[in-house]
Amino acid sequence: MHPAYSVILFTTLSGAGYGLLVWTCVLGALGVLPAEGATGLVALALAFVLIAAGLLASTAHLGRPERAWRAFSQWRTSWLSREGVAAIFTFLPLWLTGMFWIGEGRVHGLAWLAAAGALATVWCTGMIYQSLATIRAWAQPHVAPVYVALALATGGLLYNLIVALAGPRSMPGLLLAVAAIAVAWVLKAAYWSAIDGAPRDRTVEAATGLGHLGKVRPLEPPHTQANYVMREMGYAVARKHAEKLRGMVTALLFAIPALVLIGLIVAGPQASPLPLLVATVSAAIGVAVERWLFFAEAEHVVMLYYGRDAA
Amino acid sequence: MTSLPITTAKKLGLVIDLDTCVGCQACATSCKEWNTAGYSAPLSDENPYGADPHGAWLNRVHSYEVGEGATGRTVHFPRSCLHCETPACVTVCPTGASYKRAEDGIVLVDPETCIGCKLCSWACPYGAREYDYTHGVMKKCTLCVDRIYNETLAIEDRQPACVRACPTGARHFGDLGDAESAVAKLVAERGGFALLPEMGYKPVNRYLPPRPRRDATTAPAVEAGPAGEPSTTAERFFAWADKMLSR
Repeated sequence: MHPAYSVILFTTLSGAGYGLLVWTCVLGALGVLPAEGATGLVALALAFVLIAAGLLASTAHLGRPERAWRAFSQWRTSWLSREGVAAIFTFLPLWLTGMFWIGEGRVHGLAWLAAAGALATVWCTGMIYQSLATIRAWAQPHVAPVYVALALATGGLLYNLIVALAGPRSMPGLLLAVAAIAVAWVLKAAYWSAIDGAPRDRTVEAATGLGHLGKVRPLEPPHTQANYVMREMGYAVARKHAEKLRGMVTALLFAIPALVLIGLIVAGPQASPLPLLVATVSAAIGVAVERWLFFAEAEHVVMLYYGRDAA
Repeated sequence: MTSLPITTAKKLGLVIDLDTCVGCQACATSCKEWNTAGYSAPLSDENPYGADPHGAWLNRVHSYEVGEGATGRTVHFPRSCLHCETPACVTVCPTGASYKRAEDGIVLVDPETCIGCKLCSWACPYGAREYDYTHGVMKKCTLCVDRIYNETLAIEDRQPACVRACPTGARHFGDLGDAESAVAKLVAERGGFALLPEMGYKPVNRYLPPRPRRDATTAPAVEAGPAGEPSTTAERFFAWADKMLSR
């Protein structure tokens, strides 16, 4: 599948924003993150900016962005519509949580609703892909959980960075962030192993229904230049490049941030926030590569008609 | 609405005969011609006279080589929307622009409400939907909904443009939900099949397989060539002429 930059930007930025929203609301409501001071509000504001920037980027993917509002109507059947509804719904408790935080200096119970809305939105994003039977690498049960886990892992790094910039770091925050990265790492590794082990048993013989006559080979394509279907569905990354990129994701998104966090836990709460900044930048590059690879490794069954050996 | 009708009164669709299709592309060009002026018009082309021309077409004709050696053959394979009974392209649509009609089962896109998110094209295993880059909306086969019910057209023209254009009669249009219809009978008689039925989208369109090749057991025996002595006067004459000329 062609990796569209607007979709990569949207899912990674909004994902981190929703993750940060969950961390801020849950740890704020539990009293781990002190309601006094600006830290929590800065975190809420950054979450809002990331979510809004991501949603705006996603409209760049549309042919008719001015009609985007119509996407809220078909939540009965469409995960994309559900994602839109959940995203808009989440803004309400997010905004109210911020208002109560500023006005009364406390974390209102609505924060739980904001966190739930954030998780639901990211889950819907994952389900858009997971529900597509036409793409074997996406129709895997790990897809939506990986989206949620990566939102929490990247949001966790941002949360700890903001807390560290404001003053002494929070040990529970660091420990939870390590746990979130570990869970995401395990799920992503399981995903890769699942797609590597999935049978590529769809063939052009099956797609054309001509297998009983023998091997089917493309003789003449229907058009001289690539059409929309080939441009959108035809992109495939070379296997050896995918291996290298998976290694990059493992190092940048999982190993380096996890090692930095563990180092900070060992070093105690007074060290500088610089290592967290390094870990966050590393994870940001890592998650962008991970999302690019999620598209580039996905083979669409329609390419069988255009000569792909299997899907 | 993207919720699918539980049943449709008719199951209008195409039956495509892979035995008689000659790959002339007349169906594809007449489809483009009709649909660039009809429903959801126009079907735009990008850079049509440049180095990399491409555009939205609703029907594509592939040609494949099938089998090896003496049993090998060329099969021309037209590919367009199959008007599935349970089309994922409809249910994934976030806006309701994609819908399946309860009265005849035709799957359509409303070009006025499509936002061009392209998710329907990802959901279709058959590559039936093509994006119109100029208008920012998705285009697909309408089964010539603006022809088949069009009372201003002569009765023989009230069928899809591709069917009307086919010079070999390889394309048939009708109600596949009615077991007594001509198309349903044709499918039963010729062993018509659906594409990728295991994926579960229940295509309505059917393909008729190429007829079996005649082989030694089914073909009439071919006379052996030069074997045997010439028997008739004429044969003896030609044998003599051949001998003389070969000197």
